[in-house]
Amino acid sequence: MSAIRDSEAIRPPQSAGGGRSAWQRLRRNNNARKLVACIIGALVAAVITGPSGSVSHPTAGFTGALFHPRVIVFLVLGVLLWLAMVGRETLSENIKTVTAPISMARTRWLGDPKVRYSLYAALLIFAIIYPRSLSSFWQGVLVDQIGVYVLLAIGLNVVVGFAGLLDLGYIAFYAIGAYSCAYWTGALPIKPVFHLNPFVSIVFAVAAAMIAGVILGAPTLRLRGDYLAIVTLGFGEIITIYANNLQSVTGGAGGTNVVPHLSVNLLGLKYHWKLDSLPYYYLLLVFVVAILVMFRALENSRVGRAWTAIREDEVAAEASGVNTFKYKLLAFAMGASTSGFAGVLFASKVQTLYPSSFALTESILILVLVIFGGMGSLPGAVLGAAVLQWLPQFLRGKINQADLFLYLGALLIIMMIFRPQGIWPSRRRARELAMAEAGLTEADAVSGPTAGEVQ
Amino acid sequence: MCLTHNFWGFFVPGLANGFLYALIALGYTLVYGVLQLINFAHSEVFMSGGFAGLFTLNWLIGKHHPAGMSSVGYVVIGCVAGAVGGGVVAYLLERVAYRPLRRRHAPKLAFLISAIGASYFLLNLAGKEFGRDSRPIAQPFTQTQTDPLFKIFGTGVSLYYAVIAVVAIIMLVMLDRLVNKTRLGQGIRAVAQDADTAGLMGVDINRVIAQTFIVGGLLGGAAGFLYGLGPANVSYTMGFTPGLKAFTAAVLGGIGNIRGAMLGGLLLGIIENLSVACISPSWVDVVSFFILVLVLLVRPTGILGERLGRSA
Repeated sequence: MSAIRDSEAIRPPQSAGGGRSAWQRLRRNNNARKLVACIIGALVAAVITGPSGSVSHPTAGFTGALFHPRVIVFLVLGVLLWLAMVGRETLSENIKTVTAPISMARTRWLGDPKVRYSLYAALLIFAIIYPRSLSSFWQGVLVDQIGVYVLLAIGLNVVVGFAGLLDLGYIAFYAIGAYSCAYWTGALPIKPVFHLNPFVSIVFAVAAAMIAGVILGAPTLRLRGDYLAIVTLGFGEIITIYANNLQSVTGGAGGTNVVPHLSVNLLGLKYHWKLDSLPYYYLLLVFVVAILVMFRALENSRVGRAWTAIREDEVAAEASGVNTFKYKLLAFAMGASTSGFAGVLFASKVQTLYPSSFALTESILILVLVIFGGMGSLPGAVLGAAVLQWLPQFLRGKINQADLFLYLGALLIIMMIFRPQGIWPSRRRARELAMAEAGLTEADAVSGPTAGEVQ
Repeated sequence: MCLTHNFWGFFVPGLANGFLYALIALGYTLVYGVLQLINFAHSEVFMSGGFAGLFTLNWLIGKHHPAGMSSVGYVVIGCVAGAVGGGVVAYLLERVAYRPLRRRHAPKLAFLISAIGASYFLLNLAGKEFGRDSRPIAQPFTQTQTDPLFKIFGTGVSLYYAVIAVVAIIMLVMLDRLVNKTRLGQGIRAVAQDADTAGLMGVDINRVIAQTFIVGGLLGGAAGFLYGLGPANVSYTMGFTPGLKAFTAAVLGGIGNIRGAMLGGLLLGIIENLSVACISPSWVDVVSFFILVLVLLVRPTGILGERLGRSA
């Protein structure tokens, strides 16, 4: 861990400006460096939003982006950003005197449970009423793009945010859930032992995803945290290979047979979900709210505190008697089962499953949603998923869809450099990151050797 | 069973693959040595090397068919171009995705995430600027890839495999000398052993880390060119699978251990290709993944052990 400290602090002190050339002084000048960074950033932005090239004209994209009048707009934006950065630094004290009372009032106000719960209730009512006024396209987006991904982001948030474990094969559990549902409802080429109602299949699918999570987590969670990342990455890739190759089991690249829609026929209650998105939306809403309540309770329980302890300092947690392996495995399995659950809903909504829906990019996408929203923050995960899944749909036709991950990749780096706590951070996580920055503690379970490791 | 009749026919391509894995795995291991981090974007460094070689050779060779000494020249030029491409991208990666986080003392998770961001950014930037279909590199030799050059145990070794082996061996020996005999190598070993102490002893840590990234990038970039020269061709997604396998190789040999990465790469390439014979080509990627999980289960420090600091 110590290797990634910057050497700035241990550089020998140098007399200010003495004997150095103007160029060296310019290089040391913080504002000049920021200006250069802003301009480079602006040029990169010009390139990524610019025209595409091809192998025969590899420079066409760059020249088209950089030797075109619109680059001036980007340069102006870059300089403005620089001015904002420099200005903010000099003004930050003044700004603080203005904003401090506001943020204090906000904290006090939001800290009041009455206010908070009425706010949640208002949001819930809004979430119930508003979608009715949307067009059927946006209702579809609300389920397929936003609802399912909100659920996935909440689940991954437990793994990445609460326990500080990096899971890059998260979508694999989603695939396991979806294919299990397809299996138990008889939509796969192999016939199940007995047919189940899709609702009942949820239990089996979630169990399957959880078991897969435990099988994968058990060998890797004893090790240094970054092994988990690479093993889950490989696992995510293997699952798609399986789905593609095992044609006689999964239907291969051609997809499964039709998975039936959800239906209820119990104690006189009879309902059949159909192609229409709105009923699915309400179903998802119920589940999301239920899971949110559950995870919130878990976060503040003994389990949640154990996760926090592991995330903040695994060795100390272990020394204080927390069974770190057990709790890490629990977090991992909980994430996996949430993902599997989302997979069932996805399967019964879209009805036909293709291996391509479970590509690695989906895992990365969900990670971006969680990071963007705020690691360890449940409202952050919901907000991040909603905003980032809505935006590409909103920009449909305005930007090239194939370049989506170009923007998301850039977003990940920018978030990590400037706002690692996300747009709606959990207060505890933000404090941990600030303390880590000051060199006081660690802020995740990835760092340092863990107990089970052979050195 | 499955190996009795054509063992060498599977062994030789496996060995050639193994050399490529070894070159890439060294990039992971070197960075792991100094930062204790997995460089997730290393597969994109590899991909950049492929593209650099592609553009250089397509531009230089054009329509004619080189032969004799000029073939050798073109292979060298292609390797250098690939290495430079990989080195430049690796350096930029360190500057943009790693150094700002080091300065902030960011948690390790943040490094992994920003590396994944960088990986996706580079991947899709290449896809956007260079097209999303795979392209062959103009062949620097007239002899076709599959024609045997000479025979070992009755199995023909094609020119392509011979080129990979020669280039890889030269680069591996050069790296070994670099790490063990030069001032830079001393710096790398010092930082790997204890970064803070190395800093107090006057080692410029930032500089050494950047140079380590560059060295890893040079090897990975050259491997990218060699890989693209073969039937796989060059495409923006070419890095992912070899990257994952090279990581497996690095873990197999003992991550942070330079000779371990070489050994792991060769072993993995051979095991994998023999499994093609025994199982089926479409399950190759699964095999290497199971090897990874198995190694982590049984001996997480790898065959030669994690030897940070004494990383040679």
